[in-house]
Amino acid sequence: MDIYNETILDHYHNPHHASPITSPTHMAAATNPLCGDMLTVEARIEKDIVQDIGFIGNGCAISQAAMSMLADEVIGKKITAIKKLKPRYIYNMLGIHISPGRTKCALLGLHALQHILPYEKK
Amino acid sequence: MHFYLNPMHPIKKDFPIFHRLVNGKKLVYLDNASTTQKPRALLDALQTFYTTSNANIHRGIHTLSEEATEQYEHTRKKIAGYIGGTTEEIIFTKNCTEAINCVRFSWGQKNINASDEIIVSGLEHHANFVPWQELAKEKKAVLKIIPVTKDFLLDMDGYKKLLSKKTKLVCVTGQSNVTGTINPIEEITHLAHRVGARVLIDGAQTVGHRPVHVKKINCDFFAFSAHKMLGPTGVGVLYIKKDIMEQMPPFMHGGEMVESVHENIATYRSGPWKFEAGTPNIADVIAFGAAIDYLKRIGTAHIMRHEQKLLAYAKKVFSKYPTVRLLSPTNPKQSGGILSFTIPGVHPHDIATIFNNEGVAIRSGLHCAEPLARKLGINGSARLSFYIYNDTRDIDAAARALKKVLTIFKA
Repeated sequence: MDIYNETILDHYHNPHHASPITSPTHMAAATNPLCGDMLTVEARIEKDIVQDIGFIGNGCAISQAAMSMLADEVIGKKITAIKKLKPRYIYNMLGIHISPGRTKCALLGLHALQHILPYEKK
Repeated sequence: MHFYLNPMHPIKKDFPIFHRLVNGKKLVYLDNASTTQKPRALLDALQTFYTTSNANIHRGIHTLSEEATEQYEHTRKKIAGYIGGTTEEIIFTKNCTEAINCVRFSWGQKNINASDEIIVSGLEHHANFVPWQELAKEKKAVLKIIPVTKDFLLDMDGYKKLLSKKTKLVCVTGQSNVTGTINPIEEITHLAHRVGARVLIDGAQTVGHRPVHVKKINCDFFAFSAHKMLGPTGVGVLYIKKDIMEQMPPFMHGGEMVESVHENIATYRSGPWKFEAGTPNIADVIAFGAAIDYLKRIGTAHIMRHEQKLLAYAKKVFSKYPTVRLLSPTNPKQSGGILSFTIPGVHPHDIATIFNNEGVAIRSGLHCAEPLARKLGINGSARLSFYIYNDTRDIDAAARALKKVLTIFKA
């Protein structure tokens, strides 16, 4: 079972939505302090729908590729629906076996999105 | 080129676990700094105890209890001899971390006061870092950290500058579990004693890997774990100089460690038994004795040379790949059998996963040494660590896995 297949590596080396966006309304950050995986996610959410999403990240191939693929998936979806997604959604999306040691990596992006909050207006 | 410890007797045969396959491949176990595999002799000793002499120790009159007590105390004597101490200077704990915490809660609590200084090194494992951080916070003492050089050694000039009359305790590892750096613990102890400070050495990566003589080192406290030297998990050892131990209060109270108990007061035993409250890990302590016998038959100096040869071979092989950064001192005499490395653009967890797919067990991450990782400017590393049953074929398997990593990640 090759978890480092072309899709995963492509998303790792050429991640989608890997940059800041215009007029973000929401932001979240997530890290795995034990291994240094980190993601900062911005989104523009209007009328409950994710209009645009961008992230900056650093970490293992699984965490970064999962975030990249998830970003593709959530455009046009309702944030309330995204917040109800279960880990199984990510594992199906990735299409590879995620061992217990790597679940935190795979789920980091989903965790960030599910805890996304409106930008604090200063 | 095989570097077998003894060409006449392939060691892997003594270790049943090497029969198993991982992902359809032979097990190549290179994670010995985390824990070591167990020889049949140890497994037999465990079984024998539970099937012939199992009983609680110290207070029993019946035959089984006397046998169990004799075997347990005999192991204490064996371990004392192995590290050059005396029987009454050896305390059994759960692991090395608990041994260090025993010093923190017993000696530390009594002897560290506000404005006192505790020195630790930048190479420390969290077990020999966090307890002192907490003690310093609690007592309003000051924690100082010996800097690490670009060559992954302790900056001894920097250490000398940190020492002062205020220094009460110096805590240093005998060998880094990340860089393999062997620290000059005799010199460190000597300098600390000159200012009147006590010294604790974390021997988790040292005992069973190179000869240790605590009286020569002259440290006041010395801690290590059984499971990193062929012994079972659940057993740690704390050596304390006799006169210091006498002055230390117990930190756990209960049965076995008391002399007498009245309604309003209890008196405590003297010697190491003061620090062994409750039923200890009797069977595993006794089995640990079998591990010591096995190591003595091979010879610890022999093991040290074996690890040095393996390290040299691994560095030679891995140096063929210019993108691989080795976190290892230049001078081979200053390093034990541990080799950590990083590859730009490839996370250590991805490295370890690909290695695992090839049946090669390595560790990746911060190795419980986060301050060191920050100092090195990395978010973790992949680590190979060797022991008596490893040979050059294991390192060749690791090199093949490394090639796979570089290919997959185009690194």
